[in-house]
Amino acid sequence: MDPECSQLLPALCAVLADPRQPMVDDTCLEKLLDWFKTITEAGSSLLLLQENPCLVELLCHVLKPQDLSSRVLSFSLRLTGVFAAQEDCFQYLQQGELLPRLFGEAGPLGGAAWTAPTVRSGWIQGLRSLAQHPSALHFLADCGAVDTIFSLQGDSSLFVASAAGQLLVHILSLSMRGPAEGPPSLQADDWPPCAQKIVGHIEESLRSTATPQITQALNVLTTTFSHCHDPWTQVLWVQLHPLVAALLQKDPVPAAHSLVDLLLSVARSPGLSSSSCGLWETLAQTLSHLSPTQAGLLALGILKLQDCPQALRAQAFAVLLQPLACVLQATAQGPGPSGLLDSTAADSVTADMLLPSKAACVGLLCQTLAHLELLLPLPQRPCPWPQAPLLGAAVTLLQLCRGSGSPASDAGRQLCALLLGCVRVQRAALDFLGTLSQETGPPELVTQVFAVLLEYLRSPDSSPTVLKKAFQATFRWLLSSPRTPGCSDLDSHTLLFLRELLPVLQKRLCSPCWEVRDSGLEFLTQMTRRWGGQAGFRHALLASEVPRLTEQLLRDPESYVRASAVTAMGQLSSQGLCVPPAGPEHPGSQQSLLGELLHILSTDSEGFPRRAVMQVFTQWLRDSHADVVGDTEQFVAGVLQVAGQDLDWEVRAQGLELALVFLEQMLGPPRSHCPYAVTPPVAAPAGPLTQALQSLCRVRLFEFAFRALFDCDRPVAQKSCDLLLLLRAKTASSSSLQEPRSSPDVASVEAALQRWRAGDQAQPLGDLEPEVVLAVLRSMDLEGLRGALAESSDHVEKSPQSLLQDMLATVGILGENEADCY
Amino acid sequence: MKLYCLSGHPTLPCNVLKFKSTTIMLDCGLDMTSTLNFLPLPLVQSPRLSNLPGWSLKDGSAFLDKELKECSGHVFVDSVPEFCLPETELIDLSTVDVILISNYHCMMALPYITEHTGFTGTVYATEPTVQIGRLLMEELVNFIERVPKAQSASLWKNKDIQRLLPSPLKDAVEVSTWRRCYTMQEVNSALSKIQLVGYSQKIELFGAVQVTPLSSGYALGSSNWIIQSHYEKVSYVSGSSLLTTHPQPMDQASLKNSDVLILTGLTQIPTANPDGMVGEFCSNLALTVRNGGNVLVPCYPSGVIYDLLECLYQYIDSAGLSNIPFYFISPVANSSLEFSQIFAEWLCHNKQTKVYLPEPPFPHAELIQTNKLKHYPSLHGDFSSDFRQPCVVFTGHPSLRFGDVVHFMELWGKSSLNTVIFTEPDFSYLEALAPYQPLAMKCIYCPIDTRLNFIQVSKLLKEVQPLHVVCPEQYTQPPPAQSHRMDLMIDCQPPAMSYRRAEVLALPFKRRYEKIEIMPELADALVPMEIKPGISLATVSAVLHTKDNKHVLQPPPRPAQPSGGKKRKRASEDIPDCKVLKPLLSGSIPVEQFVQTLEKEIL
Repeated sequence: MDPECSQLLPALCAVLADPRQPMVDDTCLEKLLDWFKTITEAGSSLLLLQENPCLVELLCHVLKPQDLSSRVLSFSLRLTGVFAAQEDCFQYLQQGELLPRLFGEAGPLGGAAWTAPTVRSGWIQGLRSLAQHPSALHFLADCGAVDTIFSLQGDSSLFVASAAGQLLVHILSLSMRGPAEGPPSLQADDWPPCAQKIVGHIEESLRSTATPQITQALNVLTTTFSHCHDPWTQVLWVQLHPLVAALLQKDPVPAAHSLVDLLLSVARSPGLSSSSCGLWETLAQTLSHLSPTQAGLLALGILKLQDCPQALRAQAFAVLLQPLACVLQATAQGPGPSGLLDSTAADSVTADMLLPSKAACVGLLCQTLAHLELLLPLPQRPCPWPQAPLLGAAVTLLQLCRGSGSPASDAGRQLCALLLGCVRVQRAALDFLGTLSQETGPPELVTQVFAVLLEYLRSPDSSPTVLKKAFQATFRWLLSSPRTPGCSDLDSHTLLFLRELLPVLQKRLCSPCWEVRDSGLEFLTQMTRRWGGQAGFRHALLASEVPRLTEQLLRDPESYVRASAVTAMGQLSSQGLCVPPAGPEHPGSQQSLLGELLHILSTDSEGFPRRAVMQVFTQWLRDSHADVVGDTEQFVAGVLQVAGQDLDWEVRAQGLELALVFLEQMLGPPRSHCPYAVTPPVAAPAGPLTQALQSLCRVRLFEFAFRALFDCDRPVAQKSCDLLLLLRAKTASSSSLQEPRSSPDVASVEAALQRWRAGDQAQPLGDLEPEVVLAVLRSMDLEGLRGALAESSDHVEKSPQSLLQDMLATVGILGENEADCY
Repeated sequence: MKLYCLSGHPTLPCNVLKFKSTTIMLDCGLDMTSTLNFLPLPLVQSPRLSNLPGWSLKDGSAFLDKELKECSGHVFVDSVPEFCLPETELIDLSTVDVILISNYHCMMALPYITEHTGFTGTVYATEPTVQIGRLLMEELVNFIERVPKAQSASLWKNKDIQRLLPSPLKDAVEVSTWRRCYTMQEVNSALSKIQLVGYSQKIELFGAVQVTPLSSGYALGSSNWIIQSHYEKVSYVSGSSLLTTHPQPMDQASLKNSDVLILTGLTQIPTANPDGMVGEFCSNLALTVRNGGNVLVPCYPSGVIYDLLECLYQYIDSAGLSNIPFYFISPVANSSLEFSQIFAEWLCHNKQTKVYLPEPPFPHAELIQTNKLKHYPSLHGDFSSDFRQPCVVFTGHPSLRFGDVVHFMELWGKSSLNTVIFTEPDFSYLEALAPYQPLAMKCIYCPIDTRLNFIQVSKLLKEVQPLHVVCPEQYTQPPPAQSHRMDLMIDCQPPAMSYRRAEVLALPFKRRYEKIEIMPELADALVPMEIKPGISLATVSAVLHTKDNKHVLQPPPRPAQPSGGKKRKRASEDIPDCKVLKPLLSGSIPVEQFVQTLEKEIL
């Protein structure tokens, strides 16, 4: 600890010990604790206490009966734990009887302070830090802490209860780590008394009839098996396994969720050889005993396991598919199985679960769809994957939600009535349908997929979120649609679909709901980016009103829509898909798109459209867009001038991005920083370099970059710094431009920059010569600046000294606030 | 208690309820779908319509070719359009005591009933219902009278000939009873028989029953009715809405504890959600106008149009349509727009509060002020000089058979840039468009029907728990086109009783009690005797006096005093001599004991 902090510490301890000085901000206490943790991790706690006796005084002081705030008490308990984690310090505190007085019956445990959850939590966390060595175990046994922890498992505060469970696991694992004489016996009877006590408690809880007790025991075991992988855990499982299995005999199975967690954590534990402990049998049994909702979670867990018997995987997959099988069966047109899985006849339990209530039905279906969606991209997903029935199920669900399916059975009609207009299922099914596009399906089903997607896109009843998902799913399916061999264009079916889709998109772009217009534009951008170069798409798009409507949305009242329209128009224009506005009703829009976007950049009151414009311009410059190539310098100069004055830092940062692209086009891309590159840097030819630099000067790129260098927003300054460093590196090897840095121009520029740095940016730099710029660049400490910028903005304020000062200042001990008003 | 069903149209009901000694007609709807069988009445001579070929029978006989014309495979009657009246033969309509009107759409047959059946009773309706109903009738009469048509076809109505006609003429019901439109005189006379009522006002009918209108939330002044006696309650629900549009919200609580609930006027498009449809309406409107096309919205002059104008008010600026003129053309356009602003007490809370600011409750006032919305009585006159395209025109009639809309259909039908958007759900849009085929104009169907849907009905029934529900037969099964949609029918316990046109329904509940008043002096004279704790009995000798459906027990007339010179007794001695009270018999007879006693006595 540095001397300044040591000096401040006694005053702070006095403040903390004074009940009249309430510590309002307890994040300070957290920071203080973090600081002590870093100190004790780096050095001896004992030394720290001996050098700063005020700390022990504080700990002693909190024990006195007084109205100390529960936060300070909790802090003291946790601080004691941090110190006592080191065995010598533990002994030191023990000598002073401080530990039993803080953590034993005599401490806060028995007092009124115990009613505050934060004190109970501090007590647990203190013990958690303290329990690091065998002496701690003895202490815990002597003061009867374990029994208290048992009772805290059922605490009314969830944080306390959960911490108590974790502490038990920690103590169990610590006691099993054992004394120095060797690893503990694998016979449970020979285990240390502390461990036996905890295991006994778990056994007792598992035998209990009260669900909360069982849940606590299962949670402790789950944590144990996920954190400890020593051989003793296998002994523990063998011993407890019959009790866990016995839970399955109860109806309903108690604490099913925790049971699933436990079984999965055991199955995942590398310390256990699952086959020997009857785990697979238990899992199979559990799958068949749990309700469909609970079993779904377990099934997903099982299917994610790397090594697992094939039969169990098949059973788990069948359980997972059950609800969808029910849906297919209920809506099957003709007799015969739905074909989701030949072995999966939709069982009555799931059907019973699905049909009676809307909430249960929707919950189960959404969960199933989400689980399958998670499973699909995994390498260990079931094989063969029932793509066709799953596609069928997703399509059927979507039809049921719209009321467009025609179920033949009573169950189907009932299901239809439950799902009608259900937005949750619609969203989940559309997401799932989109994910299924990774695989293909039988052509007639794919036709149905496109039909149902079109139905959703058309329907006036689709909510904006459903519509967005429908657009996303449509795009994914379009991506996966088959290509004609030897031709990169869209196939005829897709083109046919596109012709039906575009009128729908047209209508959506005119929707009164801005979210809908926005998702329509995003969809258009995605499609254009992907297929803008293909004749079929171009022809269909140009035949529609979509490009013209998109152009009109540049003036939408909603800024998000304007931003999306800018992006979409940028994309359309890049692909040459913009139609020049025609007709007498558009007198004002004769100007080019470039002009219109520049207008948005300089006048739009919202940041999003302006950012979008900058992105489009950067992309155009990168792609050598026709409007840009004509007079690139004028374009870049104009954009930089407007962007430099923008109030939105992201626009300014994007301006630097554009400047960088221009720079690279002038000077070539940055050299590879690969350390293994053997080729020495090639000196850039001087002639073109001079021209390039002159060009950069003409577009006033330097003025823009220097201004950005002193930007009050750090990301802008950093970006500018990087850009100038790159420029300096590019020009370093060119000798022809070396100039003595004492020219009067250089001095005046440097003086101006000094003023800029000080905040006075009124004066422009004027026309710069490349030589002057290079000289200035060389003279600047850009590396130093970069280092300073890389520091977080609060690096000065984060020091422990500043923390202590702040804490003292808030209570007015430093004296400044005590000035008498008179 | 009986219900006579005079109309088969579930949303344009006309039923007669016989309850106690009263005969009450519930609504007086006019089924105008019959007009779809007729050729449109063009305001301006239309060469296309006048040159349609006459229709001839399969055997080539062409005697009908003056009456029937063919257009794109459909056959139309070339005559003044006629309406299908409620059944007039099922019950003698002159015996109807009162007519209760629930909303302005359900009173369009009123002149036929009040002027031609010997009706002498009273009609009850709220003020907005009467005023807007008058506008609708006025518009209708105006539309038909301003295009006089000499020809009146009747030959085709002959039963033997009708059989030979193609559908839908062949299947048209009761064509012999179809009538031409009434005159303005008849309208005025009919409306003069209306007595205005306010929500929750109790109206006594002959002392026998009490009727009360309740807000139904569907339209300005629209109501449901409670018809109750002391011991029975019948609720009549017609055209109600739970959506927050402009009218006062629906009063559901007062419908509780009904013995019978007659349920009519549910949404005609149960699968279309009004919100989605309004969005669809706006999108299509904007799409058309942005492409330089015109939009035609066939509509009634009141009702949904107020909501549409409000939505457009919020939408046009954002959609960049500020420069597009909106025209509202109807003989009653001006009155309709102004009436809507003055019925503040009949509006929803939000709109009511605006009046106190003071601001006009509907934003269409601002649209008119800023010249974005212009209204004209007809397309003749000022309109023709102001007319600017592209534009949006709201005009009637939604059947496309008469009114200014006919002209716009002829004018704009040939261009695919234009769009006609159907928002009124009363007419099938395909049938409405049939005489205009072939049509290049785009047609969009966004029916906006804010009346109750089946989900809302099932919630309502759960809440108000009527003993019996009576409804049109159409509501007791899913629509034929969507037979799997079990959700599109009324589902209640016990199952709803259904009715159809020209059916008489005996309502399944018997009257058990009648209220009788007892005169105070008679009550004074009663000497109750407690026969078991809490129950006392007394014998009464009295005269039952019944007048105006009120029953009163009066003291029996005193036997004439024997004339004599005796001094009159004092009044207090007038009470019959208090004999020792005989024990009164009450409760059930213990049969065995009774028989034994009898045997004993007889033996």
